[in-house]
Amino acid sequence: MLKDQDRIFQNLYNDKGSDVSSSQARGDWVNTKEITDKGRDWIINEIKESQLRGRGGAGFPTGLKWSFAPKEVGSRPHYLVINGDESEPGTCKDRDILRFEPHKLIEGCLIASYAVQAHVCYIYIRGEYFVDGQKLQAAIDEAYEKKLLGKNAAGTGWDLDIYIHYGAGAYICGEETALLESLEGKKGQPRLKPPFPALIGLYGCPTIINNVETIAVVPTILRRGGKWFASLGREKNTGTKIFCISGNVNTPCNVEEEMNIPLKELIEVHAGGVIGGWDNLQAVIPGGSSMPLIPKEKCETLTMDFDSLMAEKSGLGTAGIVVINKDQDIIKCMARIARFYKHESCGQCTPCREGSGWMWRMLERMAKGDATKDEVDMLGDVTNQIAGHTICAFGEGSSWPVQGLLRHFKKEIEKRNNLDPIVQKKNSIPYLVDQHLLDKKNA
Amino acid sequence: MSLRRPAKDQPENFEFNSSSLEAANVIVAKYPEGKQQSAVMALLYIAQKQNDNWIPLAAMKYIAKFLDMPYIKVYEVATFYTMYNLAPVGKYFVQVCTTTPCMIRGANKLVEACKEKISENEYELSNNKSCSWMEVECLGACVNAPMMQINDDYYEDLDKQKTLDILDKILNGETPKPGSYRGRVNNEPENNRKTLMDFKNA
Repeated sequence: MLKDQDRIFQNLYNDKGSDVSSSQARGDWVNTKEITDKGRDWIINEIKESQLRGRGGAGFPTGLKWSFAPKEVGSRPHYLVINGDESEPGTCKDRDILRFEPHKLIEGCLIASYAVQAHVCYIYIRGEYFVDGQKLQAAIDEAYEKKLLGKNAAGTGWDLDIYIHYGAGAYICGEETALLESLEGKKGQPRLKPPFPALIGLYGCPTIINNVETIAVVPTILRRGGKWFASLGREKNTGTKIFCISGNVNTPCNVEEEMNIPLKELIEVHAGGVIGGWDNLQAVIPGGSSMPLIPKEKCETLTMDFDSLMAEKSGLGTAGIVVINKDQDIIKCMARIARFYKHESCGQCTPCREGSGWMWRMLERMAKGDATKDEVDMLGDVTNQIAGHTICAFGEGSSWPVQGLLRHFKKEIEKRNNLDPIVQKKNSIPYLVDQHLLDKKNA
Repeated sequence: MSLRRPAKDQPENFEFNSSSLEAANVIVAKYPEGKQQSAVMALLYIAQKQNDNWIPLAAMKYIAKFLDMPYIKVYEVATFYTMYNLAPVGKYFVQVCTTTPCMIRGANKLVEACKEKISENEYELSNNKSCSWMEVECLGACVNAPMMQINDDYYEDLDKQKTLDILDKILNGETPKPGSYRGRVNNEPENNRKTLMDFKNA
């Protein structure tokens, strides 16, 4: 287990208060000027050396992302945007940072803004977190009062203004370009990439977008050194991460742990074990609802980091672990996730808009045992028609959980659904919905 | 995508009152000059707050003029995002999370409680016209499942009985205390804490 002094979020459970003075007692805002005095290149190199990967789901190297920002500010100003639109089912880590460690985030914003030469930073928070956003706003107001923000913020000579922008209940706005659209006051529908936001982002200006947790760990990394952060976890999967363990466990919780920690340790030690014992475990969703589930056999030895989960054809995502025990109907669980994606599809690309509804309706029928034998393969086909055929990664995010279900629980579905196909004759038109019309006997 | 339908009965006029106007001007100042359209989401919230928790079409027209943008663009935004209520809801607006992490911890019991106490169907007002409820997608408090949101506040770690008690309170016009209803501190593992021990109860 990680040593307590190596935990970055010392106030994760709000034992000490989140105001400036108690944050300073924990080490925030202590020598911000010394850090910025070392210069942009030093900051970006140190972050590169720490091998910090974005905590929002995709795991893109943060130092590399920052280095994409133009070196000189041209006619267009630079922006820093913080993505706090945390909506992935199973994930609730950013909320705790917003309400209990706001000064880690604010200081991180200052350092990151300095590194990418932005004078304005927008923090996009999902609308449901209104109360938590108000707590962050109070912290920002306090920072202005103590001259930690505004002109010559914290004595660094850098001017920075931070504004909060509330979302309004759209999951898709967690996608970075949809978030920018939303910030510009439009529907949150993702943009085509390229151009990438680092060059053409908010209002057409260079914009760096990072997750709340990514930015909040930056000051600590720079204080303790990139080498310290890189010494935790393993190569390319370094540092610490807040894991959210929810579902059928005895003590669901958020906990900050080292990357590459065994999944079993997280569940047994921190979350108090699976309800009904380890043998009652059915499957685990390892990284928020978009990531394919992992069946029990593999959970024994699985370690939690980006690359080892990728090797299991899943992903770390946001590290929102949902534990599902044998008391639950796994098909119904996935049907509910499919309903989530059907509800949240932005409607821009046809495969996703229509396909997410198809997947949901088919899974609902499969959960009830009302589907025919051939529909199991058809469902797999539908997922392949969506993934990779959309503007943003929502297509993958909605079809991966279904593919995971088909990969590991196909037998379960087939056992429950053995109705004969409506059309016995083999037609070569697999996607025609009104297939029975072709067959006169059934018409 | 979700189904969004503006109410049939719409008021003729809408205008910001003085406090809304003040709040709106503060919001517009957050964004660069000429980019006032960015403020549309916040302004819709202000309109919703002023107008008993829902947004009439007249308010969208007013905001379009206020921000110097086409009405259809405001309409697009208001119908795209699900937190804007396009039809009247109760003064106490109950949103029950039923996505998988909450579902497997018994969110359907919370729905049952809402059906018993408030109304048989979603979006319907309770008998005393003060409450309505709906099922929503993940509210981002999965560790505290099952949970629900009443207006701005989160009520966490619920079960059926606790939900019935909370609903009784709001039906009587009281606002119950938000937070965990099992008495746990924030998101810590209940009675099983293994980390940050030096700080505990500091």
